[in-house]
Amino acid sequence: MAPLPDDCLTRNEWICGIYLSTRRQILLDAVVQHLQLTSLSVLLGLVVAVPLAVLARRWGWAAGPVLAVTTILYTIPSLAMYSLLLPLYGLSAALVVAGLALYSLTVLVRNILAGLRAVPEETRQAARGLGYGPVRLLLAVELPLALPAAMAGLRIATVSAVSLATVGAIVGYGGLGNLIYAGMNSYFKAQVLTASVLCVLIAVAADLLLLGVQRLVTPWTRTARA
Amino acid sequence: MSTLAAAWDWLTDPAHWPGEDGIRHRLLQHLLLTAVCLLLSCALALPVALVLGHLGKGGALAVNLSNAGRAVPTFAVLVLLLLTPVGRWDDGPTVVALVLFAVPPLLTNAYVGMREVDRGVVQAARGMGMTGRQLLFHVELPLALPLLLNGVRIAAVQLVATATIAALAGGGGLGRIITAGFNLASTPQVVAGAFLVAALALAVEAVFELAERLAPARARGGRP
Repeated sequence: MAPLPDDCLTRNEWICGIYLSTRRQILLDAVVQHLQLTSLSVLLGLVVAVPLAVLARRWGWAAGPVLAVTTILYTIPSLAMYSLLLPLYGLSAALVVAGLALYSLTVLVRNILAGLRAVPEETRQAARGLGYGPVRLLLAVELPLALPAAMAGLRIATVSAVSLATVGAIVGYGGLGNLIYAGMNSYFKAQVLTASVLCVLIAVAADLLLLGVQRLVTPWTRTARA
Repeated sequence: MSTLAAAWDWLTDPAHWPGEDGIRHRLLQHLLLTAVCLLLSCALALPVALVLGHLGKGGALAVNLSNAGRAVPTFAVLVLLLLTPVGRWDDGPTVVALVLFAVPPLLTNAYVGMREVDRGVVQAARGMGMTGRQLLFHVELPLALPLLLNGVRIAAVQLVATATIAALAGGGGLGRIITAGFNLASTPQVVAGAFLVAALALAVEAVFELAERLAPARARGGRP
């Protein structure tokens, strides 16, 4: 048997260039899975959260139950959440997406509702005076004005989802979490560190991206402050 | 529905309660782990937050730290620590990872609480000749207490929930029931474990809620 080469892989170093170059495809696949899991779940959360928040705003009595249910969902631990959904979805990516979507729901509903509630009554009355119906009032006035608060919630939900997705490794769909989990069992330092750093980088990049989007879609918040 | 019934049967089976892997032992481990981590993170975060809030410095640090903390997966921190010399110490990695996880929200809430104290009140106290120390302990801290305690409550509930990931790294606590269930492919056991953790998180939330109701009006943020 040929002697093992004396490189950073065999020495099991934390930072290893050879790991990066030889496992590029594995890392790329994990990053793609991570992005898919988080973006899908946050989008799903958003699709459910907007109507819930609008309903809670329209009918005051609905706000209490909606907030209570989403808050209880948030207290369920991620590991437990995935396991509670297990009978419904089995060991699948849908399980992780559903779990993460339920988590983002709390933050999103709270923030969108706070944004809608902060729309000044005079603004709503002015729009009504201009002949805006309820639907147009909602779409053209209330929702745009709630955007800054909603975007703040979206940023928190996205960053949390990126970090919580790693726990999906328990069912084999954790994106970079899979690499961390496997690296833990095989004591593979370079893999654990690389995957962890990539995870943080994705979270920071997503946060900055959403911040950029927020500035683009709410130009009035900048001129108002200047 | 049969899964839920099976989970309930697993949970109420007296054979699953005693012993090293029993529910009772895991529950105690979980509570102890959470309590130790909560105490440690409070001991670390609160003095810093109170001093920074009193001096009115480091606000950007306190708030940004909390946001940055969310981006770092606790699971990754746990595994990273496990592979370092800290990993040789039994529950070391778990405790360090959980403390790192709980410090940012505690720090931010306490800092914000201190800064939200009415500046007029602070100036009046100063005008009455209070020293910095008196101001901190007799004016700012009591007024900041509701927000500060809310931070402790959030941290406590999140710690109960997050402590489950210790099991992924071979640590103790209720997470072990879940991971053992996964390894045995026993869905009822997994669901039973998840139920236990969720119930514990809600119980902690309820304890804080109760303490808040029983506390003097000042600590609730109400006007005495």
